[in-house]
Amino acid sequence: MGMMKHLMVRSRRRSLWMMHFCLGGCNGCSIEIMAALTPMYDLERFGILNTGNPKHTDVLLVGGSVNHRNRRTLKNLIDQIPAPRLIVAVGTCALTGGIFNEAYNIIGGANRVVDVDVYVPGCPPKPEAVIDGILSGLDKFEQ
Amino acid sequence: MNLAKLWVPAAAVIAAPVFGGLIAGIDRKISARLQGRYGPPILQPFYDLYKLFGKDPLAVNRWQPFFAAMYLFGAAASVAWLALGGDLLVLFFLTTFTVGFLVLGASCVPSPFSRAGAGRELLQALVYEPVLILVFAAIFQQTGRWDAAGVWRQGGVLLAQTPLLYLCLFLVLVIKLRKSPFDFSASPHAHQELVRGVLTEYSGPFLAMVELGHWYETALLLMICALFWSSVPGSAILVAATVAGLIFVDNLFPRLTWRWMMARIWLPLPGLALLNLIWLMV
Repeated sequence: MGMMKHLMVRSRRRSLWMMHFCLGGCNGCSIEIMAALTPMYDLERFGILNTGNPKHTDVLLVGGSVNHRNRRTLKNLIDQIPAPRLIVAVGTCALTGGIFNEAYNIIGGANRVVDVDVYVPGCPPKPEAVIDGILSGLDKFEQ
Repeated sequence: MNLAKLWVPAAAVIAAPVFGGLIAGIDRKISARLQGRYGPPILQPFYDLYKLFGKDPLAVNRWQPFFAAMYLFGAAASVAWLALGGDLLVLFFLTTFTVGFLVLGASCVPSPFSRAGAGRELLQALVYEPVLILVFAAIFQQTGRWDAAGVWRQGGVLLAQTPLLYLCLFLVLVIKLRKSPFDFSASPHAHQELVRGVLTEYSGPFLAMVELGHWYETALLLMICALFWSSVPGSAILVAATVAGLIFVDNLFPRLTWRWMMARIWLPLPGLALLNLIWLMV
């Protein structure tokens, strides 16, 4: 039993299928996430694949600030991701609401609506920081 | 029937997914290298599969897990039947049933991506099924046997008389394994167009079952290829060359549309196979 569990943790750590969802903002974080997926950084060497489908997703990268309309979309997406899942907030807007924080329609960062596991700061964060953020969240699968 | 003979299909049912998974891993590694990337480890497909089995089972409806299981069962039964040396015509019907369950599973959900993928999967079946039956007919024409065991025993180098048929079988493999240019029903890279096509609505363990079934189908088709050179080293060379060809074709060609396939492949492919069959008869 212990070996099966060990294998499962190892498989989860080495096979992360990601999806990215931009809640709104300048889209700079989305561009950096896309840059991290290019052959230059080759995320597939860590087993990370871009899926674009919540049902196949292990890691959700959220960018942008949450407002009253897109919070429903975000909840809906997360409900479709089978557990165990990892939620990574990418960029200042997803962390705190960023420069949109004071706007009348903005609720704030992604953690106001969902449980965020990893925060990647930066406006926008570099692709290296995005990769580091995803990989530092892997310890969640140890539990 | 001799019960002692049952260990061969039992071993095949265990070994086939390992073989199919390794082929998928090698494919991903070589494709990555061809694109100037480092690529995932060879064992990556096994990590993916095991992870999927450990995820929460989220089924869209009660039929979806049933169809996924039947697809896996059909694919495994096909491999067992061929390993048992069974009748090739029965094998043909088994493979048709298998694809049917995949299509049903993708059609029983409301997702338009899944249904469009299912439609394309059916069109693919429409293209390769006639070729497959002609391949089996040619094997019978040449060896006088319908059972795979008999063909393996007395076949020799079938490839020498059936080069055109083998070319058709190779194209069937490209279509069936959803390699570029025919990767439109479900491609690992197709998320821009149809998300994952027939696989869109499967998740967690059910996706793992379909993936496992796909590995069985990979192994099954390569076992059919091996019949064309009935000796252990010969068939090993043939299968290795075929897999290498598949990987290169996958990387060389851009994705085409199903209309292109129907217009340019549907009739010419069985035509080419038939030409070879007529040549064998005269």
